[in-house]
Amino acid sequence: MSSPRLALSDVAHLARLSRLALGPDELAALAHDLGAILDYVAELETVDVTDVPPMVHPLPFDAPLRADEAAPALPREVALAAAPAHDDQAFLVPRVL
Amino acid sequence: MATPPDPTPDTIVAARAALASGALTAEALVAGCLDRIARLDGTLGAFLATDPEGALATARDVDRRRAAGEPLGPLAGIPIAVKDQICTRGLATTAGSKILAGWVPPYDATAVARLRAADAVIIGKTNQDEFAMGSSNESSAFRPAKNPWALDRVPGGSSGGSAAAVAAGLALGALGTDTGGSVRQPASFCGLVGIKPTYGRVSRYGAIAYASSFDQIGPIARTAEDAALILAVIAGQDPLDATSLPTPAPLLPLGASLGGLRVGVPAEYLGDGVSPAVQAAVRQALAVFEDDGATVVPVSLPHTRYAIAVYYLLATAEASSNLARYDGLRYGHRTATPVGDIAELYARTRAEGFGPEVRRRIVLGTFALSAGYYDAYYERAQRVRTLIRRDFDRAFADVDVIATPTSPYVAFALGEKVADPLAMYLADVFTVPASLAGVAALSTPCGFEGGLPIGLQLIGPPLSEPRLLAAADAYQRLTDHHLRRPAPTPEAA
Repeated sequence: MSSPRLALSDVAHLARLSRLALGPDELAALAHDLGAILDYVAELETVDVTDVPPMVHPLPFDAPLRADEAAPALPREVALAAAPAHDDQAFLVPRVL
Repeated sequence: MATPPDPTPDTIVAARAALASGALTAEALVAGCLDRIARLDGTLGAFLATDPEGALATARDVDRRRAAGEPLGPLAGIPIAVKDQICTRGLATTAGSKILAGWVPPYDATAVARLRAADAVIIGKTNQDEFAMGSSNESSAFRPAKNPWALDRVPGGSSGGSAAAVAAGLALGALGTDTGGSVRQPASFCGLVGIKPTYGRVSRYGAIAYASSFDQIGPIARTAEDAALILAVIAGQDPLDATSLPTPAPLLPLGASLGGLRVGVPAEYLGDGVSPAVQAAVRQALAVFEDDGATVVPVSLPHTRYAIAVYYLLATAEASSNLARYDGLRYGHRTATPVGDIAELYARTRAEGFGPEVRRRIVLGTFALSAGYYDAYYERAQRVRTLIRRDFDRAFADVDVIATPTSPYVAFALGEKVADPLAMYLADVFTVPASLAGVAALSTPCGFEGGLPIGLQLIGPPLSEPRLLAAADAYQRLTDHHLRRPAPTPEAA
């Protein structure tokens, strides 16, 4: 599969998925930059990866587990301290639904 | 270049000796660094924040405890700068981004907590490419940093501020983060030692995440011995980082010779695109190794040519996921524009808060993970990553370390590569493979081109930091590149 030409609508879709409000000039610039990058990474298509597993962690390693015991967590007022808007109980946000 | 000798010790080892003998107080040492920062950082742009009160208070406490005969940690009184990608409790941490402007972490990264427990003095937070995405420090949302060796040149990136700070004597050591080369390459450009530890060697807790299967915190310092001292303090398993390895922190090796060391040189790293002066300096370094008893043999890492492509698919994919947390809800920037709903809040906040390079990488990463493209891009890149790792495993069956240039060229000019993102990505061609494989790698000074430092990269198998540091230390005892200093930085007008 050769690298897809990225149409503006494709980049606009990616911007929506990324939750980024981008203007038309930036979308056009991104389409250009991403097109060049995708042309470059297209060479990966030529690599024989038959029977090669994806690499997930550099070392074979079982992450240690801890006991399922509750421990002190970040106090509420500390967690809220940097919030742009809060009511001492929760973060205040615009309409979700 | 003839610089009048400065009586202030400018390595950690020399400073420890001066502090222990009473020739110098920690307060005077730290005050000296703060003074240099005040006079020179307007020109250099190495720091985004400093903590003079906290630093002097820590220093005075170290002096008091030393005078009282109390035990002190191995870095007692030593001024260390911390990259702004790494959380410091009570000290503003931005990751070089406007989206975190003014954010004050409520906790220390584990690496920072360990420095504090070793009685180090955290002197300030250093400048960097935004969210560690860059190779020149030019994508910092705040200002670029300058290379102390030539002020029209970049210090490298993304840990450019950390490297500039140590090279200019504004701190005796620094922490950076290395995802695709961001500790090693700035160390190379600034004539310093920089280590990317084996993945899992140093806890990532409190290191603001860029690409979680690559990120490592690493030291930047003037000498292998200094870098080893810092690594010994920060390394080791951490219950707060499930990917951290149970291996004990590496102990400092001293005075090893290079005799018996088998050094591999991959043909793929010395060819077109590498500056002739860089090639010559690396070959000269290899001659020093051989004279001291090492054997140098050719090796092959045939999948090297795919490394950049693999990296820029995997790292951006991981970044697109990691940076989803910057949503304006709980911390950092939130758009002031009135919005209709939360989706619009996210989209405006993030577009306002992230710079162009970060936006570019998020979109590229989203693409690599998106339905219809995941198998062809992300998953395929993960498989090629395994092949790159197997190249290293095969080579390390025959050699102990692999030697390469750290960068194909010395520090480039400010503005030279900003217009071409792909050209900037290709600057990482020699550092990225070790990041993909998760192995240990360091850079040490090995020469100069036109007055600009050249770095030699030594790559070793996982957990081989002791041998890499011993080799770099032995090499430094036989050479003097690491002893040169840049001309004094002019004070800002």
